[in-house]
Amino acid sequence: MKALVWHGKEDIRCDTVPDPTIEDATDAIIKVTSCAICGSDLHLFHNFMPGMRKGDVMGHEHMGVVVEVGSAVKKLRIGERVVIPFTIICGECEQCRRGFYSVCERTNRNRKLGDTVFGHSTAGLFGYTALTGGYAGGQAEYLRVPFADATHIKVPDNDLTDEQLLFLGDIFPTGWQAAVQCDIQPTDTVAVWGCGPVAQFAIRSALLLGAKQVIAIDNLPDRLSMARAGGAITINFDEESVLDRLQELTQGKGPEKCIDAVGMEAHAARSLDSMLDKAKQMVMLGTDRPHVLREMMYVCRPAGVLSVPGVYGGFLDKIPFGAAMNKGLTIRMGQTHVNRWTPDLLRRIETRQIDPSFVVTHNVPLEQGPQMYKTFRDKSDGCIKVVLKPNGNGRH
Amino acid sequence: MAYAAAMDDKRFPHTTAGTLAQQLGWFSIALGTLELVATRRLTRALGMWGQERTLQAYGVREIVTGIGILTSKDPAPWVWGRVAGDALDLGTMAMAYPNNPKKAKLAMAIANVAAVTALDVICAQQLSATKVRQQMPVRDYSDRSGLPMGISASRGAASDAEMTEQFRIPEPLRPFDATV
Ligand SMILES: NC(=O)c1ccc[n+]([C@@H]2O[C@H](COP(=O)([O-])OP(=O)(O)OC[C@H]3O[C@@H](n4cnc5c(N)ncnc54)[C@H](O)[C@@H]3O)[C@@H](O)[C@H]2O)c1
Ligand SMILES: [Zn+2]
Ligand SMILES: [Zn+2]
Repeated sequence: MKALVWHGKEDIRCDTVPDPTIEDATDAIIKVTSCAICGSDLHLFHNFMPGMRKGDVMGHEHMGVVVEVGSAVKKLRIGERVVIPFTIICGECEQCRRGFYSVCERTNRNRKLGDTVFGHSTAGLFGYTALTGGYAGGQAEYLRVPFADATHIKVPDNDLTDEQLLFLGDIFPTGWQAAVQCDIQPTDTVAVWGCGPVAQFAIRSALLLGAKQVIAIDNLPDRLSMARAGGAITINFDEESVLDRLQELTQGKGPEKCIDAVGMEAHAARSLDSMLDKAKQMVMLGTDRPHVLREMMYVCRPAGVLSVPGVYGGFLDKIPFGAAMNKGLTIRMGQTHVNRWTPDLLRRIETRQIDPSFVVTHNVPLEQGPQMYKTFRDKSDGCIKVVLKPNGNGRH
Repeated sequence: MAYAAAMDDKRFPHTTAGTLAQQLGWFSIALGTLELVATRRLTRALGMWGQERTLQAYGVREIVTGIGILTSKDPAPWVWGRVAGDALDLGTMAMAYPNNPKKAKLAMAIANVAAVTALDVICAQQLSATKVRQQMPVRDYSDRSGLPMGISASRGAASDAEMTEQFRIPEPLRPFDATV
């Protein structure tokens, strides 16, 4: 089959690889009808996350139709339409039972490695480094789904399009969890750093959850226009001071809730710290560029909440922890517990509270994937979200 | 001062890179002047006797680059010019390093130049990136709300969402009205 394969830094190719097969009785195979490129894939594209190996199949946003099930699979049948979450979950361990799916205790087949690097290992993830199990991803014609009885979201086979459902597997619940973690009150100002796909969903989730005011920060005019369309007030950090504007919009008190939807590859804004981060990253004195985290800790209203869906990989330097501690901030973060939110979110799509397809700007065959990685990375051509079609445009 | 100047100056994008470029421009001029007026003292201090001519030529180069950065419409190529100059400086000093009687001082100088080189590279990259960004055509997505009910009807529409305790501020710490 065709698949997007990681060959090294900034080198992703559309190769022919062996079709996946049932390896365990609990596996299922799906034929991928749509998949997408995520901001997290860019960290791998840039080789900022350790543990990628040449030949790894990329992708963790994918949906399709079940074409094969292992003998122990009870909850899926051939022909069913499913979105597959980016987190592989067993549904039975202590963490899964409490709904903390992204830290499932059983699905990371490289547990030892995860234990060594993070203290305790986290869930297995599709297409996402040896640290999280080294499972093949879904930017391909077919995908093997381990622990298939739990690792799926059934979606109705009606007139809802792939583009309306696909993001249930990652960025919609990620933006939603980011907002939920803020424990939004009707009087709250929620500031969202970044206007990428995750941020776009965080903005709309914050609004749906009743925030008084949502403020979105980026320097890309097209993304800012999409944020405004979702009800946000925007700040372009190339043109104005983020701190001054946030103060202004909150009567000098700062936003109660701050969301980091940027993560470890924050760009230099107006201050020198992000340039020094970049220099340190170049000489390996630090692995991440935590400019946004610093800004949030500094500007957040005392007793406020910082919510961090943005991904970090390693060690962060010069974090103003004093400000965070003394102001009594709450920090919540993590990979998304996708299946915890999807029944509710699917219902909101069905009742037309939200139509996630608004975020799609590019819709192309899988073969154009390598080029699309560059377009998405460079944010050129107005690119916000890329959907890839591995099996032609027809849905099934 | 230089910072404020950069902010007013339309040639520099309102970014750290623009500010930094301005500072690097002044730094170039200062260093170039030093290389011209204190040529002997410098060659002596670095154990590089006989290289006075080279040093003076480098001084002129620094001043020209500095003026270029500060006055041209587009500072990016001039900052890239500084990067090339840094390479030349490093090369010259590295060649003078073996058999140098003032190895410690020269090593310090090399380390300093290397540090400035890193700043130059980052500054030049950022300036070029900003330029590319400014030249990209901008798409307008203001018709993509994704909220079929409209913005005002959507505000709070999901307040019915069930929130489990784990994701809320713990009950004893929740805000309450202490005045009643
Ligand atoms: N927690 C999870 O489970 C989860 C799931 C999906 C994605 N993510 C992470 O969320 C983050 C965003 O993903 P995405 O797909 O939206 O990526 P993206 O790269 O498209 O978006 C990042 C945005 O941040 C902006 N940005 C950069 N520096 C900034 C700064 N200093 N201030 C404000 N904005 C800045 C960029 O211009 C860009 O628009 C990534 O780190 C990704 O790995 C996390
Ligand atoms: Zn993702
Ligand atoms: Zn589990």
